[in-house]
Amino acid sequence: MSDVTEEVRAYTVRLELVDRPGELLRALEPIADNGGNLLSIFHERGNVTPRGHIPVEVDLEATPGRFDDIVDALRDEGINVIQAGAEHYGEELTVVLIGHLVDTNLSDTLTRVERSSGASIRDLSMSVPQGKDDKSSARVRLATQRGETDSAIEIIHEIAEEKNLRVVEPLTAGDAP
Amino acid sequence: MGAGAVGTSVVDLAAEYGHTVTAFADSRSAAVAADGIDAAAATDRKEQDGVVGDADPDDALAGDYDVLVEATPTTLGDAQPGFGHVERALERDRHVVLANKGPVAERYGDVRALEQASAGDVRFEATVGGAMPVLSTIEDFGPDKITAVRGVLNGTANFILSRMAAEGLGYEHVLAEAQDLGVAEADPTFDVEGTDAALKCVIVANVLSGGDEEYALDDATVDGISDLPGSALDLANEDGRTIRLIGEVADGAVRVGPRLVPKHGALAVSGTRNIVQLETSHAGQLNVSGRGAGGPETATAVLADVDRLAD
Repeated sequence: MSDVTEEVRAYTVRLELVDRPGELLRALEPIADNGGNLLSIFHERGNVTPRGHIPVEVDLEATPGRFDDIVDALRDEGINVIQAGAEHYGEELTVVLIGHLVDTNLSDTLTRVERSSGASIRDLSMSVPQGKDDKSSARVRLATQRGETDSAIEIIHEIAEEKNLRVVEPLTAGDAP
Repeated sequence: MGAGAVGTSVVDLAAEYGHTVTAFADSRSAAVAADGIDAAAATDRKEQDGVVGDADPDDALAGDYDVLVEATPTTLGDAQPGFGHVERALERDRHVVLANKGPVAERYGDVRALEQASAGDVRFEATVGGAMPVLSTIEDFGPDKITAVRGVLNGTANFILSRMAAEGLGYEHVLAEAQDLGVAEADPTFDVEGTDAALKCVIVANVLSGGDEEYALDDATVDGISDLPGSALDLANEDGRTIRLIGEVADGAVRVGPRLVPKHGALAVSGTRNIVQLETSHAGQLNVSGRGAGGPETATAVLADVDRLAD
């Protein structure tokens, strides 16, 4: 089939690695060797699967054909590929977070939002006030999978509550002018 | 009953609408006259001496009238003394028009039960959105034809947010300015913490549910604007949005809190202006915008209710 849509797309691959030195590098080599462009690696060292493996999430770019080769190569190497595929982000969501964002580790906050909600952060804009005690604000734009916006908001609220942050969310239904 | 801004305006404007005020009372005093009190004298006296007349408030309740206008301050919980005034009027088979939100926000079922047992009716257009015809529009369309109601229902909070957004000023600064202008009260808690907007939403929820489910303030999720930094509004602005204190009644839930809305959208009204957006089953969105508070504005809604009772 002469499918000419060989454009580069973003993919997320979830792997489970055995907890031993060099294992992560071994998993990344097949990606680079097969023409994949690594975007990010989330290596959750503290978290272990019931089988004692470490979950790793890899974001990469590749053409669909090369992506299939990458998944095959990973499996040939005996690496456990849990899930592979293009994320179908269909909706966008913008929220403003308010509070002691730096002290409560904004990068941890955002990473957890991404991981728990399956949303992807597209843009972040932050405003940190002069005074140390003042609250800072951040505007976060997320891409969520179709139909998942409500659950993403719920997850953001949960994490924000734990860190004593405020969430200003959009009024979705009332957006029509 | 009640000689604040609303009660006084009702007394002032009643004659223009062809009504006779037979009694006017605040919490301590009353002016009572079966053939009509001297409105100007009573409001002047309230202004100068802090009393409306030499009679007792109880005389006003016991006096001769067709409609009791209950415009005492909104109270939470048992909604007294407003609720007691409603009760006394209905027990005498008189009509009641409320400007006081307490009885229909906190004790809706009790008010409706008293109304059932009475030949009198209860109306409360003025409790939601001042001069804007919100409840009467819901009534006209039919509560079951309205799927959601949302909007800006507190002018003080909206003034603060729109000033913060427009001038890049902090919350405390704008609040002080609003207090100087008389837009915010010395104790702005009711407005800025979302309580006032929540009471209005609870009343709307009670009307929409048609008695199937009763709502009170405790059933609402309420979040205010008092700790919003100016930077949050700046960030929203950069993205073509702004933040408004939005009240929402949808899917059987009542919620009030600061929300992101399009900067040039219908809900981003500025200053003390209010807006209510009704989501209808067959006619899309309907927006009602106008002055949501103020003596003459709210009195206009009260007197419109009085006229509806006469029909």
